[in-house]
Formats: sequence, structure tokens, C-alpha cells
Amino acid sequence: MTTSTATPSDFLSKASAGGSLRRSLGNKVLNCICVGLAFLTLIPLFSIVFLVLKNGLPLLTWDALTQLPPAPGNKGGGFGNAIVGTALMVGLALILATPFGILSAIYINEYAPAARLSNAVRFVAKLLTGIPSIISGVFAYAVVVLATGGFSAWAGGFALAILVLPTILLTAEQALLGVPKAFREASYGLGATNFQTIWRIVLPDALPAMMTGVMLAVARAAGETAPLLFTALFSQYWIQSLKEPTASLSVLIYNFSTTFDDHQKQMAWTASLVLVILVTLANVSAQVVFRKK
Amino acid sequence: METTTLQQGGIKEFRKGPDFFRVLCWVASAATVATLAWILIEITKEAWPAIKAFGFDFITSEKWLPNREKFGVLPFIIGTATSSFIALIFALPLGLAVAIFLSEDFLPLPVRQAVRFTVEMLAAIPSVVYGLWGIFVIIPMVQQFGAWAVTAFKDTPVLNVLFAGPAYGNSLLTASLVLALMILPTITAISRNALVAVPGTLREGAYALGSTRWEAIFGVILPTAAPGIVAATILALGRAMGETMAIAMLIGNSSRLSGSLLAPAGTLAGLLANQFGEAEGLQVSSLMFAALLLVIMTLFVNMAGEAVLRYTQKQTAGIR
Amino acid sequence: MLETMDQSPTQSASSSTTMSDQPEPRADFLKVVDFNFHYGKKQALYQVNMEIPERQVTAFIGPSGCGKSTLLRNFNRMNELIDGIHHEGDILLNGRSIYDKKIEVIALRRSIGMVFQKSNPFPKSIYENIVYSLRIAGVKSKSILDEAVERSLRGAALWEEAKDRLHDSALGLSGGQMQRLCIARAIANQPDVLLMDEPCSALDPIATAKVEDLIHELKRQFTIVIVTHNMQQATRCSDKTAFFYLGKLIEFDETQKIFSNPGEKQTEDYITGRFG
Repeated sequence: MTTSTATPSDFLSKASAGGSLRRSLGNKVLNCICVGLAFLTLIPLFSIVFLVLKNGLPLLTWDALTQLPPAPGNKGGGFGNAIVGTALMVGLALILATPFGILSAIYINEYAPAARLSNAVRFVAKLLTGIPSIISGVFAYAVVVLATGGFSAWAGGFALAILVLPTILLTAEQALLGVPKAFREASYGLGATNFQTIWRIVLPDALPAMMTGVMLAVARAAGETAPLLFTALFSQYWIQSLKEPTASLSVLIYNFSTTFDDHQKQMAWTASLVLVILVTLANVSAQVVFRKK
Repeated sequence: METTTLQQGGIKEFRKGPDFFRVLCWVASAATVATLAWILIEITKEAWPAIKAFGFDFITSEKWLPNREKFGVLPFIIGTATSSFIALIFALPLGLAVAIFLSEDFLPLPVRQAVRFTVEMLAAIPSVVYGLWGIFVIIPMVQQFGAWAVTAFKDTPVLNVLFAGPAYGNSLLTASLVLALMILPTITAISRNALVAVPGTLREGAYALGSTRWEAIFGVILPTAAPGIVAATILALGRAMGETMAIAMLIGNSSRLSGSLLAPAGTLAGLLANQFGEAEGLQVSSLMFAALLLVIMTLFVNMAGEAVLRYTQKQTAGIR
Repeated sequence: MLETMDQSPTQSASSSTTMSDQPEPRADFLKVVDFNFHYGKKQALYQVNMEIPERQVTAFIGPSGCGKSTLLRNFNRMNELIDGIHHEGDILLNGRSIYDKKIEVIALRRSIGMVFQKSNPFPKSIYENIVYSLRIAGVKSKSILDEAVERSLRGAALWEEAKDRLHDSALGLSGGQMQRLCIARAIANQPDVLLMDEPCSALDPIATAKVEDLIHELKRQFTIVIVTHNMQQATRCSDKTAFFYLGKLIEFDETQKIFSNPGEKQTEDYITGRFG
């Protein structure tokens, strides 16, 4: 075995002085450790999925999806109102956050990329992604609940909107960056205005990727609990108006996980199963849409 | 010399109007920036009574007594910090191992894609489901381990404080373990990006000099990717500090300081989740004050993480 | 140069002027006066003065970085899409300054067509690519749009190949066809000038030959300025040639004269390949 004459790092020179058998053995050991650790981290996931399926499937009936939550001590019941509530509040969040996210992304990428406001938007968006979800709940409480005097789906939707706005904005920005510069150049060369170029060329091309951001936002918002705890609270009944406390899957799971009632505890698993399925569907469709582009 | 469309002979006609769409987009941008300011202002406003009443003592006092209207968040700050750090101690080696696994070709591509998909699924699971799972799986495990540890370490210095009895299920250790699982995808994703971004020329250089794969990893690849891994760690720390539901369901939510990992504890986020619903008067502003502290802490950590991340992107661009 | 137009049979007399109505072609249709141009602190063009004649092909040649593309892109003020640029001097189109405050840049660009080095059709149908410039000018009538599509495709020698696939995606065309589509798109709303920035550099020889034939046809209706790295192309296609070096216009004359008997030594060195 020839030894190399140039050894830039101490580590490498020590190692090559070592003897090839020891080195390849050490290599194999490290390989095993690395692969082993990687698979070790999969175990918890499999455990979660397995338990959610095992504990949740038995009660997954049509009733469970369409009935109201059971009181402690009762059997049967379901979480239909929670599913509706989650869907409604996620929808509200999208209606509130998507315009702000996409329009801001258009401003910072198409109209004034170098402006101070644009740099501020990018900075703030990244910071907002790190805001703890409970804070958006606290904020929504201060702004909506205190102002309107009560808990409501609006407050919950507002809290979720704050949470997903950065995701939608940053994904939309990436989508716009993905539109080839050549398209814009051709459009401006033909004498199109900013608005025409954005509306006719850039946005249509960026739309699929922007939808990815929206789907990811849906996945995130559907699974959040903390923002809803003291904005939408919870309700045992079907929703009558957006101005009342509203049930949601995540809050139901939270409530039922921490009771002493066994039936409710098992309902929590079933609700978890439904929630995980919904979130996975949203994430997968985001990937699929993105790959289509 | 203006002419209409479809005719040659000079410069065509065009009357410029105001771009309303641009104004709309500007408003949206300004609103986005204002949101962060609004959040800080609103929370500070609500926290003001407590800020006036307690001032800096709020941070150093251990006593959280709603009945006597005395509030101090030291236990919760310590709980937030320790749970996050313990989570990192577990998540960093594991996350890094997975990241290395995903960036090297120990096993064929389909296996790596499956692992990557699994990690992404881990990231997608809602916090409350982690909490539910933690209640059923981790709490019994920690209780068993704790019972053993209390007797096993009874006479060992340091360890007998860390593992002092009684061994609760809802404890700092339980919450930290689940928290580690929750921040693992963050560490893996960002570290993997950093590892993959190491230029091929550096790898080839290491191998050309006769190093084995792991010599190349430890000698060249990890050091080059180090800033990115640091960024991953900092951002994961930020996530850990803000995590609410799983912690609230597993940590026991105690306002008493204890040195034991097996005792219940509390975090700022958990405090808010537990007490906000039924708080009144000064307690509400104290909770708002706690929220303000949490926001500031997480903002700082995230800014630091982003700064390191931007630095690493500049670095690898430079090498190429 | 007063030939009758025999281009498109569907051209209706009311919607466009015929050649016989047009006045004598100007020798200074595009006039550059004492033009200096800066990218931030870096100066790219120094005191350029030239008069580009109407309805002829003028070629800009010179080594990389000599400023030929920069000057071309100033004719339709495309450089203004970059931050930090400024200029001194003036450029006049048909006697009118293109920097006149009363003219909108948009209006100018609609009067000048541009073809880029790498063809950049929109991810739309062939039809929609061509009518884009008409749509943004507010034209809605289907008959006008249809007529423009046929006229432009014929003008770009693409009609036979494209007439049955007008509503198919433009991205399904070959490289040479795409570039001819871009030419059709550029002439759709009847500009006066056609700017071509190394239009054949990404094309194979056969496609290049087709485009060069096209240029001969197009100059009957449009004033063409073409930037090219290929000196043979300049000799084949252009009536006049301008040689640029390091941001200065070194020599500008009939193509014949530039390539057989150049006045400046630098020109001679370049065309004989002493530097590239």
C-alpha cells in the first residue's frame, strides 16, 4: 500500500498512518452505528402510527364522524362538530392569510425587490415562522376576544391565520422566484406593464407552487391546538354561528386525553387517527402538486 | 408622432394609469411587517399592569401564587431552558446521524427516500398527538426507569440529585424526551442540507488522498458543514422553547423548582396553555408578561439561527 | 426603396399602411448622439454617435464585453430593468428622443420589437404567444387577432409549419422554430424597429440559415439591428456594420467596406482574427 505524500489535515495523516485493516474495520463499525441510529429514530414514528391505528380504528365509525361528543360516562358519540369546526377555522385562516401572503410576496419579488420594505417583509416573515403557536392564541385573545367580548370561531381563525401567514408568504416568494427571468424579459420587451406581466405571465406560472404553500398551511393549521385554546375554546354542540365558541379536532383530542373517562380517552385516539389522516393528505397533496410543476 | 396599435410609423400611444395592484401589494406588505409590531405592542399593553407591579423581580422570583397575587416565572424560564437543552442533547446526535445517513450512500436510494419520508412524517404529526402518545407510552417508561434510577443512584453524588425521588410520570424527563423527538426533523432537515451542500470537489479531494469514508466525514465534510449544523441546532432550540401542547400534557405543570429530572416542572408555554383559560385580573397580565418574555426569547434565538444560516449559505457559495 | 408590399394576402388596407404611402426611408431613423452609458460606477459606452438607416440591416460586431448588446438594449430602454444605471446623451427614433418625458417607456417598447439570444416563448399556445402584444394593448377583436397571427407567422416563415398547431403549446416546437416564433411575436403589433441580440447563437446551422433568410425578407418592412458574434453572419445579412471595442464605436460603414477595406487598424485586427 503506497502512502500519500501530501496530507493536509492532521486527522487524515494520523489515520493513514494507522494501518488499513484497522481503518476499514473502524469504518464498518461507524457505518453500523450510523445506520442503526437512523433506524432507531424511526421506531417512535412507527410506534405512534401503530398506536394511533390500533387504538383509534375500533371506534372509527360513521357515528364517530357525525355525532356530537359524548359526556363523561356515556358511550357512543363522536366528534362531527369538531371536524366541522376545524374545517371552518382552517378555511377562515386561509381566507385571511392567503391574500396578505401572496400579495406581499408579489410586492417583494416583482415590484420592489431591493426596497427597504421588502427586506423588512422577508425578515419579519422568517421571524414570524418562529413564533410559538401559543403566542398567536394569546395575541388573538387580546385583539379579537377582548374586543368582541367573547370566544368565537373568528378568533380561532384569526389566530391560525397569524400562524400560517409566514408559510404562505415564503412559499409564494419561492414560487415567484421559480418563474424564469426570461419570461419576464420577453413580456417587458413587448411593452407590457408591471401589472400585465405579473397578472398574465408570472402569476399563472407560479400558481401551482403557491398552492403548495396553501396546502402546507392547511396541514399546519388543522393540527394546531394552542392557538384555539382560548380563542375558539370548545363546544359540545354543532356550530350555529361563527361568533360562538367552536369545537375543533385538536382541542377535542387535548380535552379527551387528559380526562379519566376511558371511553373519552379512546375517542381521543380515534380523533387523532382522523386528524393525522387529514394532515397527511394535505401534506401529500402539497408534494404532488409541487412535483407536477 | 403617436399612432395606434398595428401600424408602423413612430411611437405608439400609451397613457399610463396608476397601478392599483401595486398599491394593494404594498398595503399587504406593510400589514405583514406591522403584524409583528402589533403582536409585540398588544402583548406588552396587556402585560403592563404586571410589568408595573413586579418589574424585574418577575424574572427572578420563584413564587407563582394566584391566590396571593404574587407572580414570578423563574421556575418556568428554567423549565423552558432545561427541557429544551435536554431535548437537544438527545436530538442532536440522533438527528445528525440521520442527516449523515441521508447524505451518504450507505444504503440504496429507495431506503434513504423511505427514511427521509418517515422523518418528514414525524414533522407533520400534530403536537397534541405527540402528547397523547407520550401519555400512553413514555410516561410508563419513564416511571419504570425513574423507580429504578431513584434506588440505583441513591448514593452517587450529582446523580442522586438529578434522579431524586419520587419518580413521577409527568416529569421534566418525559417532556424532554418527547420534545427531542419533535425537534429531530428540524435538525435532520437543516443538517442534511448543510452536508449535501459540501462541494463535491472537497469530498473527492478527501477520497483521492486515501481516506476512508468516515475519515472524510469527520475530517472534511462535518467541519465544512459545521456552521449549517450550528444553525440547525439553534433553530431547533427555538422550536423547542416554543413547543406547547405536548409539553403541557407531559411535564406536570408544577411551579416549584426542583433539581430532579423526575419531578414535574413547567415551561412558559405550558404555563400559558394551562392557566390562561381561567385567569382573572392581575393573573392575566402576569401571563401576558410571561408571553412577552417567551416571544422575546424565541425571537432572539430564531434571529441568531437565521443569521448563522445566512452565513453558511454565503460560505458554501464562496467555496464553489 | 418604394416597393409594393406583397407579404400577407390577408392584410387589409385599412388596418395598416402600405409601402407606397410611406415617405423616403430616413438615413438617421435610429440616431445615437453623444451617448454614454454606466452600470453603476462602471462605464460601458463612451461617446457613441451613429445614424442607423431605416429599413436596412445594421450589424453590431465586436469582442465580448465591447458594449454592442448594451447599446442595443438601450434602444428600447430595456436596460432600465437593472438598478443603478444612468446615461448621458440621447437616442432618437424617427426624430423623437426616446427619453422624452412625454413618452412612456411602455409605448416605446411597443414600437420596438426584440428577439433575445435564447428564445423565450411564454408557456402558452403559439397563438397566445403571438397575440400577447396585442392583448396588452387592449385589442380584443378576434378577427384582428387572427389576422395578426397569420401575418406574423408568415412574416417569420413559420406559418406552414404552425398553422395546424396554433393552439398547441409553444414549448413543443424545435429550437429553430421557437426562435422564429419569437420573431413572429416581436413583429405582431407592427413595430418600426426589430432588435436582435445574437438570435442564432443557440441554433444549429440549418435553423440559422432559415433565420438569416428571414432577415432578408423582414428588412423590407422593419429596420433591423442585429448583434452578432459571427462575422460571416454580418457579411451575409447586413447592409451596414458597426464595430465596437471596449465601449467605443470604432468604425461604422457599409458592410462591404468594413470587411474588405476597413479604415481603422483595430477593425482590421478584429476581422482578421488577431483578437477575439
